[in-house]
Amino acid sequence: MALRALANGKTLGRLYHQQIRGLQTFSLPDLAYDYGALEPAISGEIMQLHHQKHHQTYITNYNKALEQLDDAIAKGDASTAVKLQSAIKFNGGGHVNHSIFWKNLAPTREGGGEPPHGSLGWAIDQHYGSMEKLIAKMNAEGAAVQGSGWVWLAVDKELKRLVVETTANQDPLVTKGASLVPLVGIDVWEHAYYLQYKNVRPDYLNNIWKVINWKYASEVYAKECP
Amino acid sequence: MYVFFSNPTYHHPDCSSREITMASIVSHLTSSFLSTPGFCRPSQSLHQSQKQMRCTRKSVPRTISASIDLKPTPYALDALEPHMSKETLEYHWGKHQRGYVDNLNKQIEGTEFDGKSLGEIIIASYNNGDVLPAFNNAAQVWNHEFFWESMKPGGGGTPSGELLELINRDFGSFESLVSEFTLAATTQFGSGWAWLVYKEDEKLAVVNSSNAINPLVLNYDPLLTIDVWEHAYYLDFKNLRADYISTFLDKLVSWTAVSIRLLEVQAVVALRKKADENIAELDAIIATRDNDTTEPEDPDEY
Repeated sequence: MALRALANGKTLGRLYHQQIRGLQTFSLPDLAYDYGALEPAISGEIMQLHHQKHHQTYITNYNKALEQLDDAIAKGDASTAVKLQSAIKFNGGGHVNHSIFWKNLAPTREGGGEPPHGSLGWAIDQHYGSMEKLIAKMNAEGAAVQGSGWVWLAVDKELKRLVVETTANQDPLVTKGASLVPLVGIDVWEHAYYLQYKNVRPDYLNNIWKVINWKYASEVYAKECP
Repeated sequence: MYVFFSNPTYHHPDCSSREITMASIVSHLTSSFLSTPGFCRPSQSLHQSQKQMRCTRKSVPRTISASIDLKPTPYALDALEPHMSKETLEYHWGKHQRGYVDNLNKQIEGTEFDGKSLGEIIIASYNNGDVLPAFNNAAQVWNHEFFWESMKPGGGGTPSGELLELINRDFGSFESLVSEFTLAATTQFGSGWAWLVYKEDEKLAVVNSSNAINPLVLNYDPLLTIDVWEHAYYLDFKNLRADYISTFLDKLVSWTAVSIRLLEVQAVVALRKKADENIAELDAIIATRDNDTTEPEDPDEY
């Protein structure tokens, strides 16, 4: 009984401590569409696993790493704080990237695949010649990513210019440039396509454009380049 | 699909029923040690170059170039069921590994890598970390060959003999090795591999590596590997990498293969040491002879 009281006291103490420091924990964002709504481009099975298992795991591990970091900082334990950085980058990056990814996708009946008409559409034509050329470039770079990673269409908010970039593992786009703002990110980790497309990543890349949410990308672009 | 043990220097029976002596290994290895960098089993075939089919301004003689093969798995594609499905092997070996082989051959044709062994291509294209394009494909071909040979139907169990002794010495216990290997495989972020290796200080260690990197370029001798790229386990285990790793250790790992590799490495190390001793001895003799100031016999006396 005494032990249980001790445990409760410790837990309460930790929660109180977190409240005071304002340590926020993260939770899985909902999708704006059903798991099966992106078929046949991306299967419902993949969407469910990707969201409920992979993204959730990044969040769980991110929260754990943040708690450990919070603890280390409070104790002044610099070496532990530094050692945790890779776990934070992996899992935090995974959470950041996937949160963007779900917004990058939309069912075709809700505009998925519909090319951008406003300023973003114009900028794409200006910079790449045409949407087809942009897609070809992103597909080539996405296919060439060795191992796991992402391919991005981004806007450099300083230079007001569109950029195609790739990142490894779950490195967020800012690791390639502090002024890069993601517009469209495509996950090329094998878990994003393997059950459906197996080893043929190029087929996945060809098909995902049918469900890319250009409306969201246009909104983000317009905000950075009004 | 036929079955044969991958090592081309000898066909190997079940370790547990026969004593493998250092001497027998050494005698088999002497020739291979002298001819290869001593760490890998190159797979090569000779075929006629495509070059002879093209028209060129001057006539070229028929050239032969060596290419890298898609080495068959040591067992049938369904032999690891139910722990690793036939479907997984059909894709993993039949598509992924075949892709690495085909792409590598395209990359090296007509270059200075054409005709070299896989091990040579890996080291040369790794280029001390400033990797050349052929590295990824070459290393992945080697890694996958090594991976299939790290497993067998009816695998799992525990190691024995010399291998177990070293495991106990360097990890404390077999359970401790399992725990460390599992951790390395689980925490390899993104694509990569986990390895049991034999290091320069003659100790065993567990390391993990990213994408195509392997112990050959890290200057260790590999003894065992598990592929933790998602394509290795996704069809059978989905996101549950931990279940895949424990299945690998419980049901698939071939401690026989690991034991043989250990003996090979130890034999090479012993040969190198002996060679170094011989050289030191010769150096000493030469030094003594050079210091000798006795007058030579006068041949005119005879």
